[in-house]
Amino acid sequence: MLMEHFNMALVNWSRAQFALTALYHWLFVPLTLGTSFILAIMETIYVKTGKDIWKRITKFWMTLFAINFAIGVATGIILEFEFGTNWSNYSWFVGDIFGAPLAIEGIMAFFMESTFFAVMFFGWNKVSKGFHLTSTWLVAIGSNLSALWILVANAWMQNPVGMHFNPETARNEMMNFWTILFSPTAVNKFLHTISSAYVMSAIFVLGVSAWFLLKKRNEALAKRSMIVASTFGLIMSIFMVVTGDESAREIYRVQPMKFASMEGLYYGETNAPLVAIGFFDRTPSPVNPKTREWAAKIEIPNLLSYMATMNPHAFVPGIHDLVHGNEAHGIISYYDRIKMGKLAIAALKEFKMAKKAANDSTAKAALKTFEANYKYFGYGYYNDPHKLIPNVPLTFYSFHTMVGLGMLFVLIFLLTLIYGVKGKLPKKRWMLYIALWAIPLAYLAQETGWMVAEFGRQPWVVQDYMPTLSAVSNIDQTSVIITFFLFGVVFTVLLIAEIKIMLKQIKQLKDGGQQ
Amino acid sequence: MAEFFKKIFYFYYDGFRSMTVGKKLWIIVIIKLFIIFAIFKLFFFPDFLKTNFKTDQQRSDYVIEQLTK
Repeated sequence: MLMEHFNMALVNWSRAQFALTALYHWLFVPLTLGTSFILAIMETIYVKTGKDIWKRITKFWMTLFAINFAIGVATGIILEFEFGTNWSNYSWFVGDIFGAPLAIEGIMAFFMESTFFAVMFFGWNKVSKGFHLTSTWLVAIGSNLSALWILVANAWMQNPVGMHFNPETARNEMMNFWTILFSPTAVNKFLHTISSAYVMSAIFVLGVSAWFLLKKRNEALAKRSMIVASTFGLIMSIFMVVTGDESAREIYRVQPMKFASMEGLYYGETNAPLVAIGFFDRTPSPVNPKTREWAAKIEIPNLLSYMATMNPHAFVPGIHDLVHGNEAHGIISYYDRIKMGKLAIAALKEFKMAKKAANDSTAKAALKTFEANYKYFGYGYYNDPHKLIPNVPLTFYSFHTMVGLGMLFVLIFLLTLIYGVKGKLPKKRWMLYIALWAIPLAYLAQETGWMVAEFGRQPWVVQDYMPTLSAVSNIDQTSVIITFFLFGVVFTVLLIAEIKIMLKQIKQLKDGGQQ
Repeated sequence: MAEFFKKIFYFYYDGFRSMTVGKKLWIIVIIKLFIIFAIFKLFFFPDFLKTNFKTDQQRSDYVIEQLTK
């Protein structure tokens, strides 16, 4: 079936619904991942020093952690509902690969939440300090391990490895669990995502503490919290930059179209410069982009080549090279991939029919053709290769917003740490305002990071094998539209509830004085 | 053994009883779970392949048909 024959309105509504759910879900998750470790560090200081102020600090942040956890918990379940209803072709296609990681995640989350969460919240003065601290650390480790399995599943979609497609069942079967778990994409995705979550949480702690200092309330709690948050945040933001750099190289290797879109690189170059800051004058035409479509840009010479290959002089293919091919650099054009994809789709159909008719020799020949071309299976749904280009301005701006904010956070952590250690933070009101306003920016960085990963890989739901259009279920789009708006309302209500309850807790925290 | 389970029961029981902000959160969690499972799942999110087909063979035939038509 060609692209033109799919119900694109249904595809787009299904995508919009999934994006809405994932974006809202991701508002809650990173704060849980990072705050859990910040709590564990604070409680460790309490246990080591025996000072009550640290117990008070830990309990305060634990309350905010609990609010975020309670509001956010189970919002991810909706994504799984959507897999079964709206994305049934996709769910069937990947089922065996996703089964194991998601089952581990479910079991782990259940045991973690029902035991160690309870000890963490109910166990003060009921269990020993050591056991309570262990529980807090286990909650942190468990929450992050829980995220690992989801991210491994997502990484497999970006870089499908360790599987074999069974043409008789139309399912991918897991060949090697460890290849999937330790694929470079999975490792980088996990490390970069959790480190960015830690950075966001550190900014959250920093910002709320800055508000206390601006209001001259709970100064002892705020100053100590800021030292912990800025130290943790600084270390994690540097780690985030390193893992981001590694991720970029991995994207270049397995998703060169996404990489080119992140940089708005239409024509490949040797000694390719990195666009540090840039603005499109107008949305570039994917068919015939022009260099003048950049309104302004500041470039760093050779850095893109270096970032992609560790060689500052290397050739980096642009969108045009990928679509039209580049023989000199061994790049197969999208036109050729489409031809091979069509062969694979036709061969799969022929294989299935021959099997039904018990015609073994035809089935064998069809299978051979299918296996030879399966690598580009998903391309076969298209005639026009330009439909295989993601939204370049959206990917470009998301990427540059994420990177720019990441750099800003490094600076914020560095300055707050220096001023904090010198005891000058309460006097640096401009710094406190920046820290406070960095909270929404940290959320923005999280969401744009998600957009780079997910919009940048379009049209693929499973890279090269399955585009979104062949992944959707053949259902009535009205129900998708209704649930899109229902989700919008429910998630917005939840978000407002979270913000209101959190603000109330922050504002009503009894002033513990300056020491 | 009974004493052990009794202790665990009271650990949770006392914990829930002494919650302050937690009570409001629990109400939100319960309402949210009700909406997710009793409304969304029940009325809007049936499993497409499980609902429409009885066997895995039928499901795989259908998906292949969708992927190749």
